[in-house]
Amino acid sequence: MWGFLKRPVVVTADINLHLVALTGMGLLSRLWQLTYPRAVVFDEVYYGQYISFYMKRIFFLDDSGPPFGHMVLALGGYLGGFDGNFLWNRIGAEYSSNVPVWSLRLLPALAGALSVPMAYQIVLELHFSHCAAVGAALLMLIENALITQSRLMLLESVLIFFNLLAVLSYLKFFNCQKQSPFSLSWWFWLTLTGVACSCAVGIKYMGVFTYMLMLVVAAVHAWHLIGDQTLSNVGADVECCVRPACVGQMGMVQRVRVFCHLLARAVALLVIPAVLYLLFFYVHLILLFRSGPHDQIMSSAFQASLEGGLARITQGQPLEVAFGSQVTLRSVFGKPVPCWLHSHQNTYPMIYENGRGSSHQQQVTCYPFKDVNNWWIVKDPRRHQLVVSSPLRPVRHGDMVQLVHGMTARSLNTHDVAAPMSPHSQEVSCYIDYNISMPAQNLWRLEIVNRRSDTEVWKTILSEVRFVHVNTSSVLKLSGAHLPDWGFRQLEIVGEKLSRGYHESTVWNVEEHRYGTSQEQREREWELNSPVQVDASRNLSFMARFSELQWRMLVLRSDDSEHKYSSSPLEWVTLDTNIAYWLHPRTSAQIHLLGNIVIWVSGSLALAIYMLLFLWYLLRRRRNVHDLPQDAWLRWVLVGALCAGGWAVNYLPFFLMEKTLFLYHYLPALTFQILLLPVVLQHISDHLCRSQLQRSVFSALVVAWYSSACHVSNTLRPLTYGDKSLSPEELKALRWKDSWDILIRKH
Amino acid sequence: MPPATGGGLAETELRPRRGRCGPQATRAADRDVAARAAARNPKRPARGSRRFETASRWALLALVTLLSFATRFHRLDEPPHICWDETHFGKMGSYYINRTFFFDVHPPLGKMLIGLAGYLSGYDGTFLFQKPGDKYEHHSYMGMRGFCAFLGSWLVPFAYLTVLDLSKSLSAALLTAALLTFDTGCLTLSQYILLDPILMFFIMAAMLSMVKYNSCVDRPFSAPWWFWLSLTGVSLAGALGVKFVGLFIILQVGLNTIADLWYLFGDLSLSLVTVGKHLTARVLCLIVLPLALYTATFAVHFMVLSKSGPGDGFFSSAFQARLSGNNLHNASIPEHLAYGSVITVKNLQMAIGYLHSHRHLYPEGIGARQQQVTTYLHKDYNNLWIIKKHNTNSDPLDPSFPVEFVRHGDIIRLEHKETSRNLHSHYHEAPLTRKHYQVTGYGINGTGDSNDFWRIEVVNRKFGNRIKVLRSRIRLIHLVTGCVLGSSGKVLPKWGWEQLEVTCTPYLKETLNSIWNVEDHINPKLPNISLNVLQPSFPEILLESHMVMIWGNNGLKPKDNEFTSKPWHWPINYQGLRFSGVNDTDFRVYLLGNPVVWWLNLLSIALYLLSGSIIAIAMQRGTRVPAEVAGLSQVLLRGGGQVLLGWMLHYFPFFLMGRVLYFHHYFPAMLFSSMLTGILWDTLLRLCAWGLASWPLARGIHVAGILSLLLGTAYSFYLFHPLAYGMVGPLAQDPQSPMAGLRWLDSWEF
Repeated sequence: MWGFLKRPVVVTADINLHLVALTGMGLLSRLWQLTYPRAVVFDEVYYGQYISFYMKRIFFLDDSGPPFGHMVLALGGYLGGFDGNFLWNRIGAEYSSNVPVWSLRLLPALAGALSVPMAYQIVLELHFSHCAAVGAALLMLIENALITQSRLMLLESVLIFFNLLAVLSYLKFFNCQKQSPFSLSWWFWLTLTGVACSCAVGIKYMGVFTYMLMLVVAAVHAWHLIGDQTLSNVGADVECCVRPACVGQMGMVQRVRVFCHLLARAVALLVIPAVLYLLFFYVHLILLFRSGPHDQIMSSAFQASLEGGLARITQGQPLEVAFGSQVTLRSVFGKPVPCWLHSHQNTYPMIYENGRGSSHQQQVTCYPFKDVNNWWIVKDPRRHQLVVSSPLRPVRHGDMVQLVHGMTARSLNTHDVAAPMSPHSQEVSCYIDYNISMPAQNLWRLEIVNRRSDTEVWKTILSEVRFVHVNTSSVLKLSGAHLPDWGFRQLEIVGEKLSRGYHESTVWNVEEHRYGTSQEQREREWELNSPVQVDASRNLSFMARFSELQWRMLVLRSDDSEHKYSSSPLEWVTLDTNIAYWLHPRTSAQIHLLGNIVIWVSGSLALAIYMLLFLWYLLRRRRNVHDLPQDAWLRWVLVGALCAGGWAVNYLPFFLMEKTLFLYHYLPALTFQILLLPVVLQHISDHLCRSQLQRSVFSALVVAWYSSACHVSNTLRPLTYGDKSLSPEELKALRWKDSWDILIRKH
Repeated sequence: MPPATGGGLAETELRPRRGRCGPQATRAADRDVAARAAARNPKRPARGSRRFETASRWALLALVTLLSFATRFHRLDEPPHICWDETHFGKMGSYYINRTFFFDVHPPLGKMLIGLAGYLSGYDGTFLFQKPGDKYEHHSYMGMRGFCAFLGSWLVPFAYLTVLDLSKSLSAALLTAALLTFDTGCLTLSQYILLDPILMFFIMAAMLSMVKYNSCVDRPFSAPWWFWLSLTGVSLAGALGVKFVGLFIILQVGLNTIADLWYLFGDLSLSLVTVGKHLTARVLCLIVLPLALYTATFAVHFMVLSKSGPGDGFFSSAFQARLSGNNLHNASIPEHLAYGSVITVKNLQMAIGYLHSHRHLYPEGIGARQQQVTTYLHKDYNNLWIIKKHNTNSDPLDPSFPVEFVRHGDIIRLEHKETSRNLHSHYHEAPLTRKHYQVTGYGINGTGDSNDFWRIEVVNRKFGNRIKVLRSRIRLIHLVTGCVLGSSGKVLPKWGWEQLEVTCTPYLKETLNSIWNVEDHINPKLPNISLNVLQPSFPEILLESHMVMIWGNNGLKPKDNEFTSKPWHWPINYQGLRFSGVNDTDFRVYLLGNPVVWWLNLLSIALYLLSGSIIAIAMQRGTRVPAEVAGLSQVLLRGGGQVLLGWMLHYFPFFLMGRVLYFHHYFPAMLFSSMLTGILWDTLLRLCAWGLASWPLARGIHVAGILSLLLGTAYSFYLFHPLAYGMVGPLAQDPQSPMAGLRWLDSWEF
């Protein structure tokens, strides 16, 4: 314990100067002139608004990815003391002085810079030469697209960072496995793998692909572990083996050890990521507690849990709906827009444009705005009064109700008349008695969809209910169609004749609610117009909020499907496309997302060579011809699984996606190609060059090739950093491919 | 140190030589059969029963087949009206008989066979097949139904033989056969004029012949080997020719073949030449043969359907020229575009139509209040445009001027013939696609402004300078704004007569929506040529019809607010399909799987995954087991694995599909799932019996288990048979109904 008194305390540190140098260069390339341009560049306009929301603690919903990515960017804003006051409306707008541009861009830039030494580490951990490792890092360093993407408030560089971190820590863990399982570093790297995977998923859903790859690789390794008969404790078990009686016991010990191995992996790679993912949402929901512009998409219950907005209105409403309650009914489905059941004085036109007739009764619609005409009174069909009685008589599942429109005192009705826009369904109206032997059919049975028992009481906000018409057993439904001008373009409400299963468009919930007390119509109108009174709040549990938010994020579809710089995955491999990120307002200095074409093309070539060689070796091994020694072959396979596999899982799924795609979606796949490139080169030099002469020639070629990549990188630098204004001729000279869109000012 | 990551390396270690596991299993099965035969006929000595055994096998097969046919043909003629999709496929069968061209999203083989069956059975193609519920009356429909039922009946014996071959166990095969015979869903689906029985027939035939040729592996290049191999190829062509779902069974056969070749390749006793022979044989039988057959079906399809019909509009102008009755057929028009020509311009994207304008203005508030320009699918005088030079207004048809051809890159003006207004665009947003510019008709008597100028470009410039009618793919680029004329494919509201929106898109992306071709062409100064020279070749037709089919399939998108069937509904038998009838007075047929069978299948998949992984882990750990158990686990892993793969391939891809899905899409997967159930329960019961061997009645466990499963399914079929054979009377919600107690899920509607 007191050893440090007896012996001197010695710290020995091995510093890999290569690593330091690479990190330094990475930082230099990514952080140089980080605040330039001091204007909104491309998607900063998109992410910036969310940073502002975080700063102001306003709730938002973004379907582009889980909240961790936004939070990382917001952390930069927090560190720089950003107050969120900036209008993110236009690419190219100058930042005002309160925007801490440097700290906002710092975290993505750091992530981009650290990817450089990580590439070095990964290739080393794959047991390839130091030279190949430096090569990989240098390629990462000079790749223009990666530089551009990491110098801005964008998420790709962070995603790439975590992807690489996951791969690196898994490799470290895997190498520990051979020497010291269950040691501290073993645990550390295993856990870090899970954490990095989870962070990658938390930044963009795309991270799932790398996560899946890691899971598959880990599963294959675990499978080998199960088959590994030698897996045993070294000391005790060997002694034990000598005595035959112990053999069974040793088998047991082995089995327990294998089980421990599997359990540790399951916890680190499945449980930890899941918990962490939930944690991101937890922090997200803790941070954003104010109501904001996206409230409408969420359910009433969710909105009520936010500060301001609906909560201000619904706070303290009575919980249980009773006969005589005044309510507004919101469609749970909320598509195409969230809306409330509505009616107004106007009637359906006697004859529609296409010649069909209607009942000419009062229109019932769904209206996307708050309005006094959204109020309905829940009436007991057996009594006449429209006020609550004392004691209260709560409405339960299965009860018969009438819904009386508050302002017109007509009751909700449906009958065998075709609806205006969806003629296969029934029209829903507020009943007017024209004395034409069309009786009122205004009885509805209440069905609480999310009930726990069959006698559950109808609750404000929480209960999701359906109204089943008693006479025709049709269901009150939002059809999604817009009415024409006579219906003021509000949404159509129909009675769906066949209750064909459960669909959210037939489900409603009470949003605003109060107990009606006024007997007279005039008095009641005054009451309806007055705001609801206040008393208590109700909160959703975290899991309920999480699952709703997650679900809405996954199903939300933005219909904006066209963009000037969108591209298809096929164009990415050969770099047939670019994205203009920013143009200086006066000069022709500009920033483009444009890769180093030498690296892109040779990366794809290397991949093709890898696949061919792999297939060749595989077939020959099958015929018992071993070109490579066993350990070299295993390395070769592992690098393929991680790098070629990483490329494939990050690239191929885009062919199945229907959303708008951009060149930057390819960058994660590209990094895996860059990792593979020096490995293939080294392999060619080690195994395919037969003589020393060939090897020297090959090395010379590699050097020449790398210098050309450097040259290209340097040539494209003005478009990467946007720091130099080029003349139109120079710009034209840079347009190496016809499909590249480089902006040339016409003067 | 185990191999780090083996691309298929581990597999080879796991897989012993094909034949090796066979004998054990066969022996076990033989013994069992002998025991069973002995048990059934205790008086006969088991020794001399070889022939009897073979005979009983055949008898059993005959019994299974007979039962299958009997159930499928029972009450086939009811109801005597159109049920569900018969309205489509019956109609398409009639089209073949009448030889009119139509469009469908599925390849033609299935409908051709239906048409053929109808033709042979004396149906004359006069029934209209308008909507479900229409009575057939005197029209002969039994031929077509009978044909489908005939193919559908073969599913059961095919499944029986497949399972028999995979598990070498009669009881497993019997169980599978019973599950399928007594499944109301399979039964219903086989009884009507639909593509599904035909599709499933080919899928099962492919599976069976694949399994058969796998078991011929010890006698390569023998006659049965060739027979089964080429039969696999033929069935694959059939499956793909009926529906694209056939791709999944192709995938399965492909995977099986790759594994097979991999194994042969690793067998060092075979020379490379032999391996090459194996490879060639498979390429011939599994790739070349099916492709040839598949193409042949299309050749027949195009040959038979030679008359113009409802499908014309979906196809390109050149394609339409083939169809007699179409106005492009045998027409002769000038070949190259010249100034002064009157033309119609058709969009290359499917179902967009012709560039169109009419004397109606865009309404107030929507862009500039100028004349509307739209696209329109029907042929009409308002589709005619005149090509003029941008700078002169002189009449190019004046005989004193020489003919001047329009060339790639020329700047032109398009004048609408009826209204004399120019095609025009400007910086106003388009009515529906806000990011595009509005396209209008502008000017009086051909005099407009510089916004009327368009540059005409030929895509790929592969026809030289002049612009050819029908064949040249042209783009019209607006000179001032640089945008491209295109159609967004969105339907305009009432004011636009529900025609499609035309825009000028500033995004210069290469999509078919912005590419056009010239269809009609009138120019008296030019010599006419016959369009027949322009007729596309067969490969072009083939390609085009596939593009149209794929587009059609993608176009079947579910609308919001519509109840759609989700893939996860299917295995749990969540909801059926109404084939016929809604109300209590109607004759109702409801497509729903026999819940006992389906839920047993579901349970079996879970149980299989569990037991399969236990066995796999035990094998990986190198646990030693007795020979009998090893044989049974091989059956479970390899035979069951094959079938499980089939189930997965026929089920999971549906989760990725964006098109509208229906319950009946699950049935091919259900066949595989039933085969898995047969194999699993038989093997598990045998394992049980083996594990409890010390117990006196151990043998009986197996027999009793199989018997109770057989009887259970048969009884459940007795309960649920009205679903398939039709029911009249009160709906099941009504306690009066005989089906009242059988509505086990609220979502069933019978």
